[in-house]
Amino acid sequence: MIGQRNSTAWVVSKHVLISGIAFVMLYPILWMLGSSFKPGHMIFTETWFWPQEWNWQNYMNGWSGIQGNPFSRFLTNSVILSLGAVLGNVISCSMAAYAFARLNFRFKAICFGLMLMTIMLPHHVTLIPQYILFNHLEWVNTYLPLVVPKWLATDAFFIFLMVQFFRGLPKELDEAATIDGCGPVKIYTKIIIPLAFPALVTTMIFTFLWTWDDFFSQLIYLSDVSKYTVPLGLRLFLDSSSQSDWGPMFAMSVLSLVPCFIVFIVCQKYFVEGIATSGLKG
Amino acid sequence: MTTSQVSQARIESVATRRVKRRYAHNGAALLFLAPWLVGLLFLTLGPMLVSLYISFTDYSILAAPSWVGLNNYTTMFTSDKLFTQSLKVTFTYVAVSVPVKLIFALLVAMLLNKGIRGLGIYRTVYYIPTLLGGSVAIAMLWRKMLGGDGLLNSVLAMVGIKAPDWVANPKYALYSIVLLSVWQFGSSMIIFLAGMKQIPPEYDEASAVDGAGPLRRFFYITLPILSPVIFFNLVMQLITSFQSFTQAFVISNGSGGPVNSTLMYSLYLYKKGFSFFQMGYASAMAWVLVILIGVFTLLVFRSSKLWVHYEDGGKS
Repeated sequence: MIGQRNSTAWVVSKHVLISGIAFVMLYPILWMLGSSFKPGHMIFTETWFWPQEWNWQNYMNGWSGIQGNPFSRFLTNSVILSLGAVLGNVISCSMAAYAFARLNFRFKAICFGLMLMTIMLPHHVTLIPQYILFNHLEWVNTYLPLVVPKWLATDAFFIFLMVQFFRGLPKELDEAATIDGCGPVKIYTKIIIPLAFPALVTTMIFTFLWTWDDFFSQLIYLSDVSKYTVPLGLRLFLDSSSQSDWGPMFAMSVLSLVPCFIVFIVCQKYFVEGIATSGLKG
Repeated sequence: MTTSQVSQARIESVATRRVKRRYAHNGAALLFLAPWLVGLLFLTLGPMLVSLYISFTDYSILAAPSWVGLNNYTTMFTSDKLFTQSLKVTFTYVAVSVPVKLIFALLVAMLLNKGIRGLGIYRTVYYIPTLLGGSVAIAMLWRKMLGGDGLLNSVLAMVGIKAPDWVANPKYALYSIVLLSVWQFGSSMIIFLAGMKQIPPEYDEASAVDGAGPLRRFFYITLPILSPVIFFNLVMQLITSFQSFTQAFVISNGSGGPVNSTLMYSLYLYKKGFSFFQMGYASAMAWVLVILIGVFTLLVFRSSKLWVHYEDGGKS
């Protein structure tokens, strides 16, 4: 048995099997990519993904937009929203995490317990009262209901992630800084934050991806087409979809996935570590 | 007398000093926790109480809520056929997609584990569906790909099979969403791979020497050692699968159709709350969901005593 496992035939057949599965899995994405360069009538007659000629017409049609809104507007809206969310999460969650990891204060155990509980809580429970609240504040149909919660550290998962990371940093650094006359604020800004770079990057990556792909809350809070983000904008293509519209729809779908893909390629190291150590869902 | 007084005083001063040190950072902590505290009070705990209250009322956001007692809850379980349907759809989805996804993730992780060359590349490639799968773009692709004249049926036609429109057929529509979920097994696989790295190779070698075949080694060594990781993956997948929304929404174009065959719990809750503005009913549904997820998670935790083995003999 052991001999067989190490034989060349076994190794080769294993590679064939693994790359075969990989190819089948990636084929839908390749097909979408290829189809985005094909004229509409070719898309549903051709099963092989590679286009016979590369045609950018779908991209130009898709880019010119839908219902009078250029696609660039959806992209801009999504970028603004994602940046707001990423900044909010990194700042507010790292602040809370610092308090939990390094400071001693009253009701710490209760607060920590509450924080852990909110990680598990399905957001459906708070959904409707939050909507009522934001409706009273006249925030509906603005980006505030989507961004402000991030500045208030409601994604408790990231607090937990950073608490775990901060606890791994040597406490002697804090003590030395205290002797030198630094208070908690200085220790947080000058010592913890610079050293916590990997945890901050992981938080940024996943906040970005989740905001970029988020559909539920954007669907609930945004109603003006001019305020639509990429996920909402894309769905408009589906509404009007006769087969001739498949091309532009696929082209803009591909475009919408490019930022996620770039983040993934650039930050691959943090992805694998983040998932393997904390079970982050991609 | 005096000595005991002195020692008493000393004990007190030590105690107060300790308390002082213990809460040395009350002010700073308040500063650092301020955003989180505001969020906790106004966006989590407050809304939880409000939603519990609203769940006992009739509320359409336009008029003030009117108390109806347990009406919403009893309607759900006695006369709302769509609610029963949404439960059925969600249970089927969870019961099929979670085990299939985990088994697939485990099998592929096994294939990748044994010191294979190009592990990094394979891992990346297998992770791509998870990376992109949650997006509206992929859900739309799925709808087109599994449609009547979509990619899958063109491929099947080449080998002479005439297949139905998977997305428009009530028998298969839910399984097209299950397939989309299983397709995204990448993150579970990465967690399995990390877990397998912890297994000392000596275990495998020793049992091979003792004459255990690969199947026996899998069931008696790999699986038990990996059981905490399987447990973790199972809990995570269970919680997220119960809340699944985007894919069903996009693939059925917001209807939960055909014939309510993809009416996931979250989708029905959304329709009740934001299409029909029955916010009381939707809040009651949210609490039922919390209880459902809680009960299932608890059951998995309880069952873990039977099948999850910890290295230190189960103390943790």
